[in-house]
Amino acid sequence: MDTFDTTTLVQLLRECAGEEEEVDLDGDILDTAFEDLGYDSLALFNTVSRIERDYGVELPDEVVAVAQTPRQLMDLVNTGIAERV
Amino acid sequence: MTATGVQTRPVITGIGIVAPNGMSTDDYWSAVLRGDSGIRRITRFDPSSYPAAIAGEIPEYDPAGLLPNRLLPQTDRMTRLALIAAQEALRDADADPAEMPPFACGVVTSASAGGFEFGQKELQALWSQGGKFVSAYQSFAWFYPVNTGQISIRHGMRGPGSAIVAEGAGGLDAIAKARRHLRAGTSLMVTGGVDGSLSPWSWLCILRSGRISTSSDPHSAFVPFDRRARGAVVGEGGALFVMEDPDRAAERGAAHRYGEVLGYGTTFDPRPGTGRPPGLRRAVELALAEARTEPSDIDVVFADAAGSPELDLVEAETIASVFGPRGVPVTATKTLTGRLLAGGAPLDVATALLSMRDGVIPATVHVDSPAYEDLLDLVRDVPREQRVSTALVLARGEGGYNSALVVRKAT
Amino acid sequence: MPWAGETPAEGDKVEGTPEGRRVVITGIGVVAPGGIGRKQYWELLTAGRTATRTISLFDASPFRSRVAAECDFDPLAAGLSRRQIRQWDRTTQFAVVAGREALEDSGILGQTAPYRTGVMMGTACGSTMSLDSEYALVSDEGKSWQVDEFHGSPYLYDYFVPSSMAAELAWIVEAEGPVGVVSTGCTSGVDVLGHSADLIREGQADVILTGASDAAISPITVACFDAIKATTARNDAPETASRPFDRTRNGFVLGEGCAVFVLEELEHARLRDAHIYAEVSGHASRCNAYSMTGLNDQGLEMADAITAALDMARFDPAVIDYVNAHGSATKQNDRHETDALKRSLGSHAYDIPVSSIKSMIGHSLGAVGALETAACAMALEHAVVPPTANLTEPDPDCDLDYVPLTAREHKVDAILSVASGFGGFQSALVLNKPERRAV
Repeated sequence: MDTFDTTTLVQLLRECAGEEEEVDLDGDILDTAFEDLGYDSLALFNTVSRIERDYGVELPDEVVAVAQTPRQLMDLVNTGIAERV
Repeated sequence: MTATGVQTRPVITGIGIVAPNGMSTDDYWSAVLRGDSGIRRITRFDPSSYPAAIAGEIPEYDPAGLLPNRLLPQTDRMTRLALIAAQEALRDADADPAEMPPFACGVVTSASAGGFEFGQKELQALWSQGGKFVSAYQSFAWFYPVNTGQISIRHGMRGPGSAIVAEGAGGLDAIAKARRHLRAGTSLMVTGGVDGSLSPWSWLCILRSGRISTSSDPHSAFVPFDRRARGAVVGEGGALFVMEDPDRAAERGAAHRYGEVLGYGTTFDPRPGTGRPPGLRRAVELALAEARTEPSDIDVVFADAAGSPELDLVEAETIASVFGPRGVPVTATKTLTGRLLAGGAPLDVATALLSMRDGVIPATVHVDSPAYEDLLDLVRDVPREQRVSTALVLARGEGGYNSALVVRKAT
Repeated sequence: MPWAGETPAEGDKVEGTPEGRRVVITGIGVVAPGGIGRKQYWELLTAGRTATRTISLFDASPFRSRVAAECDFDPLAAGLSRRQIRQWDRTTQFAVVAGREALEDSGILGQTAPYRTGVMMGTACGSTMSLDSEYALVSDEGKSWQVDEFHGSPYLYDYFVPSSMAAELAWIVEAEGPVGVVSTGCTSGVDVLGHSADLIREGQADVILTGASDAAISPITVACFDAIKATTARNDAPETASRPFDRTRNGFVLGEGCAVFVLEELEHARLRDAHIYAEVSGHASRCNAYSMTGLNDQGLEMADAITAALDMARFDPAVIDYVNAHGSATKQNDRHETDALKRSLGSHAYDIPVSSIKSMIGHSLGAVGALETAACAMALEHAVVPPTANLTEPDPDCDLDYVPLTAREHKVDAILSVASGFGGFQSALVLNKPERRAV
């Protein structure tokens, strides 16, 4: 559990927040805004909190506001993992 | 509120039902007419170590197709059921609030304990694993007005919103409040209540009410107005309605006009020991007075049917004192579903409306040794075909709550 | 019979003024952070003192946000019996204590007709504190699931249904009219006043004991607000942690408390020469139909609720002398609310003092709307506007007159109070001196 990839993110999003019927999460979503994927801040709070627990990282409070896309969120998570002591 | 506003009689134009014996209006109504009961041994958790194990449990269903997947992680079972009923009611009324003016549509629902099963999951996460394991959705998924909020969001209803809690009586109070909003100028309200809570944690709380039947036989566990009455069976489900200002409903050509809410009364019992009479009779009289209806105009009474000897006696005497002994047909279709907390009274209102539509009084089941034959003309076992134009629905809630609603077939 | 005397016979409806029945507040009772009782409460607010502190009700050290506005509430000293303390959740204890104060203040006991008297209470969280601790008890802190029917409090069902709180008050005031609970999350305290006023106007009752109570400073509540980062984590400065309209605000401070009112039909109050604090003349609520927790950008629903409440009171925005803001001190709320005030009040928004007492008493969820109504009633009485404490660095996006730091003497005849809450509810309440409103 030392890197955080798209597959894992999609899996966690589905578990923590469900998925919008019209959105294909298995497609190329890396740079699609979370909003367009059907995820609001609550969905992301739930998902981020799960990531923090599963990966033993602490992400800043602002992560949900800062990370607008899956790629941005994954970068922040992977930075967190790299800095983990 | 203008003088003409007071005389406005909002009309119910859509019905949505979720019940232990039917997951839609049609399924429920045919089950009721057949006498199919939804009372069974609990399967949502293992009830074997509890003193009671019987409930009106809604059978497992697949929410996919009925609800958006995104809503599943954030909703208690009760809220999912409410969303299903609200959608059915709006479809039945052929109304799309999102297409109506911005603040024309509102929501008032009844609740009792909120999304307790969801709450149990989060309490378990909190205490066994820690605060970080509590869901972001806990902040609202359990709370009392959650059904109102989720219905308003799903259907784009931006008018007045509220939730009323008065245990088993609150469903009628919610309908009365929705009617008030219609009289004050809102065009359309979704109202009623869907409730229920079958999880180990809620079960422990519910058992502590001391009102629950400990019988293990689904056929004799809940027998109101019977000499064997030993308590209530609770269940999950209820009904939601689309209720509209009559002019607005006519303007948009509403397909159904099930009935009008003609009168409403609500009272509270005095503190025990004061020697003052219970409040149910006054609730009935207030509702009849507002409806400008004589007791002889009432074609059927849908009883609260608590299922405990003392409460049944109060209700039997109340009905007999207002209508005369055996003066009106009485039925308790909740013998087929159990008492659905805040959802039960709205389901009775729905049943009354269907009874008017089809000219048939559905039957009370399982009451084999009636205790009040001298007082009550209880419609038992076989539905009674007769014209029904005006019905009285009674509801009581733990603590002393009484409410009564008169509905009349729309003309 | 305690209700005999000069009041109307039971069942007789008191006719209102020819122009219709009007509704007034004739008694106030308060349990609030910083003081029990309305006098202490008003002193705190007008001194601009804050009652926020590090949580002491339980060990909050594992949590992200560890500040709250707690009530120094000693139930025995407040007159409750040991049996009542054992039986009632803290929310109900608050309600009974505040209810008694309101009844005493109004002098109405012995002058009510049971059939014409009701009780309506608001709450967001009901008996959450007891349910939380009882769950820990019956599950051995989540380690096992005890189903021993003798395990846990005998009063679990009362905790399960919040209507038990209204039932207790009904017995105290001998109410046999409309009784119930209105729950709309954080707008409950405003919405229950609106609902009760409707019932009196409609003629369902002449007197209603009404208000709202919440006491939910418990692990589950703190955890769920942590999960959405709605509360502030300014743990090193608890006294200044609640910063409505300040540029540095970063979330609300959880509070607890209760305010209860004697609400009465105007002629009924005049007949018995009651002291009248305020008329409740307008109320409206709207759903934002957008998000269970979030606010959309435009504040359209809050603005419409304000406009509808003013219309009901038949007030022009220019009549309003003071706005009691929701002002929760979340980034989003304070901006949203400022926009909604401008949208609904037009240019008057800039001329009217606006303040958030949540800066001092925190955000007691469903109860806070009632506590704010109590503050509004006393502002009318004393011609003083309570301040927004901790507002030292104005947010450029929040550019109204928020009465920073110190209370202001100001003629107040009509007040708008605003509330916003989870579920998407947006509500507004209008209070005024009865003589201000020529109906």
